[in-house]
Amino acid sequence: MYKIIVLAKQVPDTRNVGKDAMKADGTVNRAALPAIFNPEDLNALELALLIKDRYPGTTIVLLTMGPVRAAEILREGLYRGADAGFLLTDKAFAGSDTLATSYALSCAIRKIGLPDIILAGRQAIDGDTAQVGPQVAEKLGIPQITYAEDILSVDNRTVRVKRRLERGFELVESVLPVLVTAHSTAPECRPRNARRLMQFKRATTLSERHHSADDYLAAQTHSTEPVLTEWCAKDVNSDLLQLGLGGSPTKVRQVENIVFQAKESKVLSAADDDIEWLIQELISQHTIG
Amino acid sequence: MNNVCVYCEFEEGSIQDVSFELLTKGRSLANQLGCKLEALVLGSGLDGLEKEISRYGVDMLYIADDKRLYPYTTLPHTAVATGLFRETQPQIVLMGATSIGRDLGPRISSSLGSGLTADCTNLEIGEYEDKKAGKRYDNLLYQIRPAFGGNIVATIVNPDNRPQMATVREGVMKKEIVSETHQAELIRVDAGKYLREEDLVVRILERQIESSKINLKNSSIVIAGGYGVGSRENFNLLFELAHAIGAEVGASRAAVDAGYADKERQIGQTGITVRPKLYIACGISGQIQHIAGMQDAAMVISINNDPAAPINKLADYVIQGNLENIIPRMIRYYRKNVK
Ligand SMILES: Cc1cc2nc3c(=O)[nH]c(=O)nc-3n(C[C@H](O)[C@H](O)[C@H](O)COP(=O)(O)OP(=O)(O)OC[C@H]3O[C@@H](n4cnc5c(N)ncnc54)[C@H](O)[C@@H]3O)c2cc1C
Ligand SMILES: Nc1ncnc2c1ncn2[C@@H]1O[C@H](COP(=O)(O)O)[C@@H](O)[C@H]1O
Repeated sequence: MYKIIVLAKQVPDTRNVGKDAMKADGTVNRAALPAIFNPEDLNALELALLIKDRYPGTTIVLLTMGPVRAAEILREGLYRGADAGFLLTDKAFAGSDTLATSYALSCAIRKIGLPDIILAGRQAIDGDTAQVGPQVAEKLGIPQITYAEDILSVDNRTVRVKRRLERGFELVESVLPVLVTAHSTAPECRPRNARRLMQFKRATTLSERHHSADDYLAAQTHSTEPVLTEWCAKDVNSDLLQLGLGGSPTKVRQVENIVFQAKESKVLSAADDDIEWLIQELISQHTIG
Repeated sequence: MNNVCVYCEFEEGSIQDVSFELLTKGRSLANQLGCKLEALVLGSGLDGLEKEISRYGVDMLYIADDKRLYPYTTLPHTAVATGLFRETQPQIVLMGATSIGRDLGPRISSSLGSGLTADCTNLEIGEYEDKKAGKRYDNLLYQIRPAFGGNIVATIVNPDNRPQMATVREGVMKKEIVSETHQAELIRVDAGKYLREEDLVVRILERQIESSKINLKNSSIVIAGGYGVGSRENFNLLFELAHAIGAEVGASRAAVDAGYADKERQIGQTGITVRPKLYIACGISGQIQHIAGMQDAAMVISINNDPAAPINKLADYVIQGNLENIIPRMIRYYRKNVK
């Protein structure tokens, strides 16, 4: 049996930035975008669950850094089979770039205890940077295997992984502990389990309990061992100078709204005449044909 | 010291195109900064690469030729690159946003405590004022990339930490040979000086690299489908049109995410950059991350049922309507008119 930590992030659903989500000034109305479990982090969770299926007694802990509402994805993870969740939340984390984020996450992992395997998504869809996984591995001084499509075996303190490359694949072997990032071609995450949903729907973090007027709920969760833990920067013994904006080497100098240099476009209807005219035009210009 | 360094990717006997593109960009940045351009190659069996790399105007070529450096694995490459960078102190390090660059870049940046910006679409030199600290910086690297949130582009800088690191996708920059006879100063690096036993804990058991079947990058006509295409079946319409007029099919990320098209066909900031003579956008709204990969197309046709779709502004011809019934007629009229 193994100890596994899965890194998961709650992200705005950038796949749905259609015209409905745009404001008049051409920026995205974030409030209109649902906050979701980052897709490849679900692949990471599934890879962890598959190990748990094979090696009963394996424990899976989810770790996320984000605002109070990010506890939603921790519960989502519990419904699908994770054993516990940790939420790192603090004003001190605001404005963190990938380096500061990976520092905070690595402090939390040290506090939880270095597991055998850390699983992360390849990248989060709000930035597509794919940096946090490798940076966490570096901070912890452990090897990394990126773009995992499958974890073939874990035994004798070694893990075998199939990696998806741009063109082709690779089978690699590493000693434990190791950090593995999951590619979107890894198995899809299993759905929620109805029994677990009943069991964990009242699992809450400290902040959620404080904000809840529901005394019954508060009483309930206090009586049992909490499965969700909330930590601030101090709890994980992190150095404040390495967190947030101040701890981030990258700064945003400016953000510019791009107004496309509109071309003189010719607008055509979908009528037969218009379409045939355009095709003839393209042929006569030798653009096609 | 304080030069611009490009990590050159060596795979299957040759240096990757993206590295040459970055050397060309690196050359112009070095000229602006008045410093030297360095290239770093790590691998095994690297004889004979000097001339090919030098041509891009490289001043210093660092080569570490060692069996333990090929095929690429993370830890040995990190150890040698960071060890070397600690000595040579480059001010800028550029790498390809490839499977290798995106695995290695963050590891190096974390090890050196420096900032890294992924998938830049442009790199420039400029100044920065930190108003809070009352500090002014000259000659910083502007790492420019689309930001999430509409048609927005962000300029990122790393004022205090070095090196300033950025990754760029293949095809975004243009490669240009400076002189066929240019000779870089060759510096052989002893990898053994930096490698430790612990760096060799990941072993490659098997490796298969296929050559790409899709040649989007070099296709002179690209037909790209977006979320508006609606299904994988409807994408067949695009393939039929492509087959008829001799084009290649691309896709937006929304179409790829929805499973209508394969990831290898994605065009944009985090996909492929194309510069065709004709780009037909079908059911694509035109977010900045998509535009970043096709804005240099000579001619753009947009097929969209929303007259206000942002991509229409970039289009030479806009066909308003549903692509399901427009594309079949385009095929029909093409067959009828071309003889
Ligand atoms: C970090 C990051 C990186 C990204 N990288 C990329 C990238 O590399 N490439 C990329 O493309 N995107 C990328 N994106 C996503 C990008 O922001 C947009 O979400 C995406 O390009 C939208 O795709 P779309 O235009 O196909 O979909 P939508 O925005 O949903 O547009 C669909 C369009 O189809 C039209 N339509 C609908 N039905 C029909 C019909 N029947 N006939 C005709 N028209 C119809 C609609 O009017 C609309 O204009 C990235 C996003 C982030 C956050
Ligand atoms: N705030 C966060 N909390 C937990 N995990 C994170 C966080 N940010 C990034 N990660 C993990 O790192 C991966 C890569 O993220 P990114 O570098 O932002 O693309 C994600 O898929 C997550 O697994």
